[in-house]
Amino acid sequence: MSKAVVATTSLAGCFGCHMSILDIDERILDLIEVVEFNKSPIDDIKKFTKKCDVGIIEGGCCNSENVHVLKDFRENCKILIALGECAIMGGLPAMRNGIPIKECLEEAYIGGPTVQGNDQKIVPNDPELPILLDKVYPCHEVIKIDYYLPGCPPRADLIWEALVALIKGEEMDLPYEVVKFD
Amino acid sequence: MYQTIKFTIDGKECIAKKGQYLVDAAKENNIYIPTLCNVEGVKPKGACRICTVKVNGRLMTACTTPVAEGMAIENNTEEIIDLRKSIVELFFVEGNHFCPACEKSGECDLQALAYKFLIMAPRFPFQFPVRELDATNPKIVKDHNRCILCKRCIRVIKDEEGKNIYAFKKRGHKVEIIVDPESADKFTDELAEKSMEICPVGAILVKEKGFSTPIGQRKYDKVPIGSDIEKVTKIKNEVL
Repeated sequence: MSKAVVATTSLAGCFGCHMSILDIDERILDLIEVVEFNKSPIDDIKKFTKKCDVGIIEGGCCNSENVHVLKDFRENCKILIALGECAIMGGLPAMRNGIPIKECLEEAYIGGPTVQGNDQKIVPNDPELPILLDKVYPCHEVIKIDYYLPGCPPRADLIWEALVALIKGEEMDLPYEVVKFD
Repeated sequence: MYQTIKFTIDGKECIAKKGQYLVDAAKENNIYIPTLCNVEGVKPKGACRICTVKVNGRLMTACTTPVAEGMAIENNTEEIIDLRKSIVELFFVEGNHFCPACEKSGECDLQALAYKFLIMAPRFPFQFPVRELDATNPKIVKDHNRCILCKRCIRVIKDEEGKNIYAFKKRGHKVEIIVDPESADKFTDELAEKSMEICPVGAILVKEKGFSTPIGQRKYDKVPIGSDIEKVTKIKNEVL
């Protein structure tokens, strides 16, 4: 049997969900027997080199680059999983949703208590930089998402059970303790 | 003397006192009907609609409907469960419920219902409303982002003369809870604790108190809401 190809990415997230993937501990040895990673921070492959079976997305969608990556994942992956609260509902980055962008940028680059040495009061505005969206969006409001794994971070057991179920094509039987929003 | 009557829930024969509210009657028959706005012993409000059941084919709130002889009640049917799920999902998209950052996480009734119904993501678009945090009261913080307008605080928390301390202000979608500023000085630590406890979500918090119970030991970490009333019936897991 050929190995299932998995891609992962972190958008507006903290990489905690990726840490939780690694939290499956020694089971990762079993995982790499049946899974091959493609575009992912885990193996540092930057661009898709082939079509993938499963795409795992951490973090919400906060800027133009995130939109691009999401569309890229949808095109190249058969199944997409939103991993963690940020991907599902915007999470902590979405706490900026009630604050105008201008205020956010001014707080970050001009008036904030930790700002030092920006005497010219410059807000970075290079064309190379991704443009912030008006809000942080849940991934499923930008592209179609097939499955959701909540948690902050999602419990390692939840990620493990989900991946095993997907690869084997079986239904999941989740214990109550593994589905949590925090 | 109470008159005893017979009725059925999902075909199961039940016995109750005539005039008892459906949620209480079901509880005495070890059947859990989920509630959010309801408080035992306090006049029911029917505000949150989560206890909706089908009585003889019609949708009704179980917290406000008195039980009557021969009622046929549908509680755990596919249709009712989906309806309740949609109500919980509506609550989640209507406010700003950031569970990872909430002091009430793990002890929140709304979150516990989402766990019970295995809600992975709401079917409705998130609204991200702009709402205020109010910390003007010396004892409590009100976070309107999390308030589900269940009126529990208004109905339960009273001063020593039996008068309301909490009230609604504004109208329609702008409605929010306020604390009577004149009674703010009468606001005791005890009342603050009781307010936080009675709030089914994290909208009322005691100042300088939060995250006091470690993860894993909180109210809903190990057991689903309502499992004290009935043995847990596993809702079919349709996640994968």
